[in-house]
Amino acid sequence: MTKYLVERATLTDGSQSNILISEGVIKWVGHSVLPVEVQDAIRVDVNGAIALPGLVDLHTHLREPGREDSETVLSGSRSAAKGGFTAVSAMANTFPVADTAGVVEQVYRLGQLAGFVDVFPIGAVTQGLAGKALAELGAMADSEARVRVFSDDGNCVFDPMVMRRALEYVKKFGGVIAQHAQDPVLTVDSQMNEGIISSRLGLKGWPSVAEEAIIARDVLLADHVGSRLHICHVTTAGGVEIIRWAKSRGIQVSAEVTPHHLLLTDDYARNFDPVFKVNPPLRTQEDVMALREGLADGTIDIVATDHAPHPSESKECEWQAAAFGMIGLETALSIVQLTMVESGLISWSHVADRMSLAPAKIGRYSDHGQPILPGSTANLTFVDSGGSWKVDRDLMLSRSRNTPFHGMELPGQVVATFYRGEPTVLNGALVRGTRVS
Amino acid sequence: MSIALSAVDISRALTRISHEILERNSGSESIVLMGIPTRGAFLSQRLSIMIESIEKSPVSVGTLDITLHRDDLRLHPIRALVPTLVPKGGIEGKNVILVDDVLFSGRTIRAALDALGEMGRPKSVQLAVLVDRGHRQLPIRADYVGKNLPTSRGEIVKVRLGEIDGADEVLLEPEGNQ
Amino acid sequence: MRHLLSASDLTYSEALKILDTAAQMARVSEGPVKKLPTLRGRTIVNLFFEDSTRTRISFEAAAKRLSADVINFSAKGSSVSKGESLKDTAQTLQAMGADAIIIRHDSSGAPQRLADSGWTSSVVINAGDGTHEHPTQALLDAFTIRKHLKVGVGDLSGLTIAIVGDILHSRVARSNVTLLSLLGAQVILVAPPTLLPLGVESWPAQISFELDSVLPYVDAVMMLRVQQERMNDFFFPTAREYSHYFGLNADRLALLKPSAIIMHPGPMNRGLEITAACADSARSVIVEQVANGVSVRMAVLYLLVAGAPDENGESLA
Ligand SMILES: [Zn+2]
Repeated sequence: MTKYLVERATLTDGSQSNILISEGVIKWVGHSVLPVEVQDAIRVDVNGAIALPGLVDLHTHLREPGREDSETVLSGSRSAAKGGFTAVSAMANTFPVADTAGVVEQVYRLGQLAGFVDVFPIGAVTQGLAGKALAELGAMADSEARVRVFSDDGNCVFDPMVMRRALEYVKKFGGVIAQHAQDPVLTVDSQMNEGIISSRLGLKGWPSVAEEAIIARDVLLADHVGSRLHICHVTTAGGVEIIRWAKSRGIQVSAEVTPHHLLLTDDYARNFDPVFKVNPPLRTQEDVMALREGLADGTIDIVATDHAPHPSESKECEWQAAAFGMIGLETALSIVQLTMVESGLISWSHVADRMSLAPAKIGRYSDHGQPILPGSTANLTFVDSGGSWKVDRDLMLSRSRNTPFHGMELPGQVVATFYRGEPTVLNGALVRGTRVS
Repeated sequence: MSIALSAVDISRALTRISHEILERNSGSESIVLMGIPTRGAFLSQRLSIMIESIEKSPVSVGTLDITLHRDDLRLHPIRALVPTLVPKGGIEGKNVILVDDVLFSGRTIRAALDALGEMGRPKSVQLAVLVDRGHRQLPIRADYVGKNLPTSRGEIVKVRLGEIDGADEVLLEPEGNQ
Repeated sequence: MRHLLSASDLTYSEALKILDTAAQMARVSEGPVKKLPTLRGRTIVNLFFEDSTRTRISFEAAAKRLSADVINFSAKGSSVSKGESLKDTAQTLQAMGADAIIIRHDSSGAPQRLADSGWTSSVVINAGDGTHEHPTQALLDAFTIRKHLKVGVGDLSGLTIAIVGDILHSRVARSNVTLLSLLGAQVILVAPPTLLPLGVESWPAQISFELDSVLPYVDAVMMLRVQQERMNDFFFPTAREYSHYFGLNADRLALLKPSAIIMHPGPMNRGLEITAACADSARSVIVEQVANGVSVRMAVLYLLVAGAPDENGESLA
């Protein structure tokens, strides 16, 4: 196995170090003396780039099986590596739905075969995402994929009894239910955030309360049964408030925010371009500020992309006919730098926590989110925080082009990613033919 | 640039045209003066005042906006419409005298004839112009001409009237100027 | 302005220019020959994804009076999926050399998508999109109000206009609030709270839940169509209760100033939002709105389609 010596990396405490990687683990982190072992190592000079533990995404739509026209496990893995990720979590809303051990194992193996990131399947909570009967959660947990996160994402687990039972059942193996909080009755045909803009545009509104009511109900349920709850893509100031309250009560709830909800508002709907159509919808500036604050103070534990690829025909149409969703793997870190680091809200060590340590912990991904110390698995991301790049949807490694950031100049470039000790990205470009045993 | 008609020349020409109109139409009773905006409308006003002072009786005068009838609309940015004012009594059975400043290709007059056709059926339509500069592209001629001004196609004839330009004069500018 | 997508595309002077031009067009319509050669050789497509015979006929009459070639393209019920059909249809019309596309669509924003997408270079005119806007309806309403209450000239300053009914789902209300207030009128929206959109306080209009207290102050009252089915979505308890509080009837007619006019964009639900007696009364200008619609649409077509765009790509500036 090849040895690598990453030179001139900046650790999150600001110090500069060299990092020796061998046999898939970090062997040595230091600065003054070079051990003898480095003599046969390939040297990778990252020129001061910040070293982060490999990024972990807890919310990724890879579309395989079923919608390989928009993304595959391979194309999504490549896109993830380019964005600095070493692990992603494949959402269950595929065709067929990932509600059996067979499907989650297939997705897991496809991820290992692709070899750019670990692909951890998320299992469906209910059979066919229909919200009626529990899927075989235990079988998925015991499968080769070792599923710990379960979600009907795209659909809300609306029936309170189904939600209660799911929360209880996953305690058996330390699982967590990741809820897509959306009251379906309050959001029939909803198109965008309900507010001043939706009223003027004549697009059916999606009230904040439809999200907040479910969050409130579910933290109470999680409290009642003493189980772990994760709230997907929180978008409202009220939602942040409820989670803050729940955490203060000691309820086991974690929450995520997407990069797009940290930056964009419903104002972007004004031109009716469906690239800004997403579920949950873009909210107001007030909500954006509350989400940033929540992420900074830890109320919101993690950033997750909700990377949702769609073919162009699903977006080149009227707003109402368009699909919900945005791709985000390749822009996530830049958006977090822009909205959270450059605004002074958090430091790079917080970025490491919110985008690697914390999501790995929620998902029980033990080889990820480890500190950059000798003995840790060599999942590493190096970001040139002083660099900037212009987003070009035609240059995305994702099979889809539906990025809302097209044309924007963003800070921070991933210059290198190491996945289990092998580089998947070097000099800002994907390393072809990467295979990890 | 040269002065083709001075203020005095213009006044004299209009006086002559007034007399010619009266002579040809045996008085002012049957006539309706329809000026084509912008400068044709002012000229028709002036003619009506002169004719009234000769005849001591009022003359029907109106304006005819031909914009909607132009065949060159798509060549230029759109212009605002000017109200078409038809005098009381209309044009039915009347001798309508179209008044314009310059007769050039004849296309404006063609458009004016179309516009008139929509308002009724006059007994006759006559044409009075201050300057006829030649280069007709349609079989149209003027009945009353202030001055025949031989020009080359590229030269510019500029009619200035006191009502909007501050002074009365007709200028001939060489090609490419302005 | 190159397209007419929303009433908010219009500046004060552009709005007045359209009304003034419409007044000239109305004169033509009153004359013995109703046809002008203005748009001879131009192709105008009525692209209707939603049925609306009255709006389509109005645009068709306007285009034909200006001698344009009119193609009626009804895309409703086409077998292609909704999304594909807008793009495909736009490209088809582009290939056919359409100078202008008049689009009616049940999706809010579809005209803007058409104008922005690059699928066509035609002028796009919004003939009603979802619950978003219906700018030519607002223009014809403003024209009608001006004609009756401002002797046909200038703006609408000093006038108070009530818009009554289902504001939430009304594209007519959205366009009218913008345009009438732009022209200086005071707008009052009257509806049950369920039929007012969230955030309506940010609109340039006053809000009232009580029709009776508003009527004595208005110069024009515009009744909106209320669909019976709305009561199935809990917007109001029964049609009878709706009429009782928000319908225009003989008793309420008596509350109006003598000079006040009654308007309705049509089609009416006689007996629900307006009684037949009110619709047919001497104060009703509902039938005249239809005639004014043709003049206003002639003006819009003339100003946006007849000339060449200026150096900024604007047709109406
Ligand atoms: Zn979701």
